[in-house]
Amino acid sequence: MTTPAAQESVATRVVLILLTAALLIILLVLPLVVVLAEAFRKGIPAALATLSDPDSLTSIRLTLTVAAISVPLNTVFGVSAAWCISRFRFPGRGALVTLIELPFSVSPVISGLVWVLLFGINGWLGTFMDRAGLQIIFALPGLVLATVFVTFPFVARTLIPLMQEQDASEEEAAITLGATGWQMFSRVTLPNIRWGLIYGVLLCNARAMGEFGAVAVVSGHIRGQTMTMPLQVEALFNDYDWVGAFTIASLLALLALATLAVKAALEWRLGRRGSMH
Amino acid sequence: MNVEMRGLTKSFGPTPALNAVDLSVSNGEFLAILGPSGSGKTSLLRVLAGLEFAESGTIVIGGRAMEGVPARERGVGFVFQNYALFRHMTVARNIAFGLEIRPRRLRPRAHEIRDRVASLLDLMGIGDLGGRYPDQLSGGQRQRVALARALAIEPALLLLDEPFGALDAKVRKTLRVWLKDLHDRIGLTSIFVTHDQAEAMEMADRVAVMQAGRIEQVDTPDCLYAEPASAFVHEFLGEAIRLDCLVADGVARFPGLPSAVLPTACRPGAAIALIRPYEIGFIVRPGPAHVVSVHANGPLKRVRLLIGGVGIEVLSPAEGWTPVVGENCDLELSKARVYPV
Amino acid sequence: MTLPSRRSALPGFSLTLGITVVWLSLIVLLPLTLLALRPWTLGFAGVWQSVTEPRVLAALRLSFGTAALAAAVNMPLGLLVAWVMVRYRFPLRNLADSLIDMPLALPTAVAGIALTALFAPRGWIGALLLPLGIRVAYTPLGIFVALVFVGLPFMVRTLEPVIMEMPREAEEAAATLGATRRQTLLRVVLPALTPALLAGFGAAFGRGIGEYGSVIFIAGNMPMVSEIAPLLILIRLEQLNYAGAAALALVMLLASFAVLLSLNLLRARMRRRS
Repeated sequence: MTTPAAQESVATRVVLILLTAALLIILLVLPLVVVLAEAFRKGIPAALATLSDPDSLTSIRLTLTVAAISVPLNTVFGVSAAWCISRFRFPGRGALVTLIELPFSVSPVISGLVWVLLFGINGWLGTFMDRAGLQIIFALPGLVLATVFVTFPFVARTLIPLMQEQDASEEEAAITLGATGWQMFSRVTLPNIRWGLIYGVLLCNARAMGEFGAVAVVSGHIRGQTMTMPLQVEALFNDYDWVGAFTIASLLALLALATLAVKAALEWRLGRRGSMH
Repeated sequence: MNVEMRGLTKSFGPTPALNAVDLSVSNGEFLAILGPSGSGKTSLLRVLAGLEFAESGTIVIGGRAMEGVPARERGVGFVFQNYALFRHMTVARNIAFGLEIRPRRLRPRAHEIRDRVASLLDLMGIGDLGGRYPDQLSGGQRQRVALARALAIEPALLLLDEPFGALDAKVRKTLRVWLKDLHDRIGLTSIFVTHDQAEAMEMADRVAVMQAGRIEQVDTPDCLYAEPASAFVHEFLGEAIRLDCLVADGVARFPGLPSAVLPTACRPGAAIALIRPYEIGFIVRPGPAHVVSVHANGPLKRVRLLIGGVGIEVLSPAEGWTPVVGENCDLELSKARVYPV
Repeated sequence: MTLPSRRSALPGFSLTLGITVVWLSLIVLLPLTLLALRPWTLGFAGVWQSVTEPRVLAALRLSFGTAALAAAVNMPLGLLVAWVMVRYRFPLRNLADSLIDMPLALPTAVAGIALTALFAPRGWIGALLLPLGIRVAYTPLGIFVALVFVGLPFMVRTLEPVIMEMPREAEEAAATLGATRRQTLLRVVLPALTPALLAGFGAAFGRGIGEYGSVIFIAGNMPMVSEIAPLLILIRLEQLNYAGAAALALVMLLASFAVLLSLNLLRARMRRRS
């Protein structure tokens, strides 16, 4: 078999593919495997014991709660932003798109820091909050704010290009046929963007449940109270409870794998690839 | 319904999209808005539908002023250029949409909606396509669905934006005849926008020619063709030969053609004369027109001439007298129309 | 003045723009503005002193240095993976392709402890490297490894679409002109990919500077040696030194924006030239 001019020889190709495979296995597969291996190192009962530990259960519940609040908030925001940006022209529109992406270039630690500066004991509103008896930092609201900040762009940045591609004529048609704004949105816009919306929400949720740096700053690490799953992983790891740490980590790794699987399915459906960051 | 537009003006950045447009459409009329792209014809249609807004001017549809009336309350059927069918709904659901979204007290009963959809599908000649999705239809079928969907709400006025723009030439021809027919049957006041003069002339009762946001002329196809009101209309409606001339004392004279003297009401000074290639006659005597080539072309002959260095192409009946290549002759221009520059 | 939005008959402009601007301001703009204001309660000299402490400088050097190094190493690695993924067909390719996003999908804390377990002296890989005298975990090398892990998908995902759209004809033309495959790759393919390589570098680098979760477990966190800048922010916060934490955060933000901006300018210039 001869090699086409614009292609590497078969031998080169095989070598490159093997190199890639080695790289992916060492860098991407082994970490996953080691998480599961460490979790079950002392057998399944030990792993299950971790999961029945009250602090671990609290951390799972807290992670779900934080995501259940943050993701819908950013979904409403993302749909709103995509609607006004893709359907109307107004001054400052380009700047708005750029600003929406801003949180992605901010370190997670800084994403948490900004809330401590605002609501912490020495923060701008710290004294006021303290007097009002409102606990933001070291409590659920702080965890939510930090999570909202880091997951802010996901839904908007998935929907904006999608809706810009679909021009407004279907929505205009609905209007000329007598639809109200809500009827147009629920019967025409939403069905047209549903896969993109699910995609954005999926990525948003994965990050919300897995966020570590930002919530580490605002959590205060109060065991059994303000520890989300990633924070619980850290605490158990630092206590040398490797089985415990890796068991919770396995749950998070499974979440990541499920996210990747659904993501791949949605990308096939959408015929495009979005970005996870 | 009658439609009255008065002084509609709208700018799109620095250029006017609509420039003081006045237009009346009478009940049951089929009106074409004809113009090159960027002439403002689609803007006019969208302003009528309430999809865009004029900065000044008034619109009255069936005696009702449209100032402040949102698109969804205008009762105007709009057929979009790309059809804008709801891609996630079947054909039947698309057509029923405008009825199903009505508030309960105005909404027909479910079986009435079903019947209306069925009869519209039949009217469009696509009775068996109700269960299909838009992406399973051909262009011509989509066009019919879009039309049925717009008609389902029993609009007072039907607007069609380039209704055949996205179709191939053959389908376009059949659909033209069909749409004209349909209009004659249901008698709904309709306005369609097109850039294709043949389409406008063939289908419309009257044609409004637009250029740079203004209406240049509104007339029946025959009048429009016989008496174009401006050089733009003259040239837009078909091929025309452009000759420079000078108007003085009520006549136009041509620098290269001393014998042609054309009476005109055009104001004195430099002007241009437009004449269709088959309206030029030959005069059998030596003159300033030099014959470059002669090609037979069915019932007409295509004769290329040079007049004082300017080349023109004339169509002349195959049977009539024609000069031979290399010969010089004179030309008769009595059918030319003179327009100020 | 009439708002340009009046041109559209579509509803919801004021509502959705309102939600967008309010939410953006409350969640992003206001907090970041306050962050930028906070350090100055120390006075200019105080801010200067707080960000030029030797320990701070060492942490900044470490964070920016390892991020740059990891992003640089990711250029050939990412190019290899992207090229193989786009140009070749092989078994399990789709699975491999989905896997590339793993570092972005995996919570950083999980990645952090997993890499630590792998590269610890008694870990699967660490044990192999120990006889060679290479210690990865709890050293700056560990930070580098974690940042390569995190940065790889940025590089691959930036390169893939560009490789996909690269016309094969250019390579074929080079071949017909007598170029060897090697010459074609070096003179035709690589120059065409340079802007994308720079973009990938920028993305991986930007992520690496601020990375916390995947680094913190493997780093060892020894002051002056393996202590990253984000950790120092956290330490200052725990000491209730808010202004100092904000000053360091501001320096990090400004420095990373400056780097990303200059990379963008460089890329724009390259694009104009070609």
